Amino acid sequence: MSRTPTSRLGAAVPAALLLGLCAAAGADEFDDAELARWQQQYFDVVAEGRRLFTSDELGTNKLVCAQCHPNAANTHPETYPKLQQQLGRVVSLWEMINWCIRNPLEGEAMHPADPRMIALEAYIHEERRGVPLSPGKH
Amino acid sequence: MKTLNRRDLLKGAMALGGGSVLPMSLIELAFADATQDFTFAYISDSHIQHIKGNQFVRNWDRGLIRAVAETNLLDPKPDFVLYGGDIAQLGTKPEIDHGLEILSALRYPVHYALGEHDYYLDLGEYWESQLGPQYYSFDHKGVHFVVLNSILTHQAWIDKWDSPEERMATMAGLDNPNGSPFMVGRTQLLWLAGDLAQVPQQTPIVVLSHSPLQKIFRNWNFWTEDAEAVQALLGLFDKVTVLYGHVHQIQYNQIGNISFNSAMATAWPWPYPRSYAQAPSHMPKLTVPMNRADPFFERDATGWQFIDLHSGNVDLHYTLPDNTNRVVAFNEITGQPEDTQFQSSALPFPSQQHY
Repeated sequence: MSRTPTSRLGAAVPAALLLGLCAAAGADEFDDAELARWQQQYFDVVAEGRRLFTSDELGTNKLVCAQCHPNAANTHPETYPKLQQQLGRVVSLWEMINWCIRNPLEGEAMHPADPRMIALEAYIHEERRGVPLSPGKH
Repeated sequence: MKTLNRRDLLKGAMALGGGSVLPMSLIELAFADATQDFTFAYISDSHIQHIKGNQFVRNWDRGLIRAVAETNLLDPKPDFVLYGGDIAQLGTKPEIDHGLEILSALRYPVHYALGEHDYYLDLGEYWESQLGPQYYSFDHKGVHFVVLNSILTHQAWIDKWDSPEERMATMAGLDNPNGSPFMVGRTQLLWLAGDLAQVPQQTPIVVLSHSPLQKIFRNWNFWTEDAEAVQALLGLFDKVTVLYGHVHQIQYNQIGNISFNSAMATAWPWPYPRSYAQAPSHMPKLTVPMNRADPFFERDATGWQFIDLHSGNVDLHYTLPDNTNRVVAFNEITGQPEDTQFQSSALPFPSQQHY
């Protein structure tokens, strides 16, 4: 991960200010310390997602996600939910993550609210940031 | 341009595949005198991966077993096989031994190149004891073949790790930011200059390397740091072809008189660098990308290649299990490798864009 939390904060603060209807007073605005703390909590989860993405602990055969998906490329999270034509139904990203864990990695599927699943989703989205949402796209 | 009849080549292989399309590519090299034409097969990037005891990752085993079986069924027979590197995933003896046991079923001579996954555990010691030396050249029917070790790197990086296992694991992660760029290095460049000094300018040259001897995407080492120095030496000859592995996808390019052609892996396909949204890459504009692999079909976008040398240039025939087949052939009018079906200027990216 080359990007630092600090570089992200620089953009986040003015954006947050724009959201305030009464920017001059800013009585109910989030302060910089809050934003920094929340952003850091997000980046901590992203870092855990990167760790899991490159760890063999999700499967049973030593494979890791990043073997086929360097920098989480070709995961295209911006297209979910979509009809996964091989499964014949509309699925969310976590279902495809579980598909990869069960099949190539020969591991056990996770509950979608499992903190490890949320970390994987956070990392995958972070590597794809800036790409327009296109749910349903093939 | 001579077109090899793939049906002839595969009439034996079809019996194995039950009539299904085979995951392979053909490469063609021929000469003005047709009796000098010959073919060879090209297998690369098997990434045999040890789990424990006698267990290996089934998926990667099957890819190599299939490539070996299909190569053995080719008709006419290839003169030999080139192996483009990365037999192993983490460079261990069990992985190299298991890979070589599968490859031992090939009924042709094999010339091996070294990949980073074979190298960074023991700096190629075990690989070299079985297959060495790490770089060499040979002549075949008027063509000069050079096999390079293109995955060397800075000595300071090699020395900085606490253990060989840590060094190997770091270099094995394609996107690991703590990796180090590949290079041929001064010693080997001097050897190459001396080797080529014996070769007449009009002799066709074919170079086998693991990494691309051109700079495409540094983050994933689709890259050789001293590529320009190698290209300068190769630029002295009339016809040069560089065949490389590592990238697990179809790539091709033309730089001056040098044609570049990559191999698919037998293990798994990789995304094109452009699919990573956070960093710029320099994929050759000439390359029409492969379609995205279908993850539900584990052999899709993997395979091997059959090479046909003609007029000193190579043609590659890629057969894709779940997609339209591809043929990348040297076009003598434009002087570059081109996809014979999809290379249209009106359609810059005619391959499938779908996910």
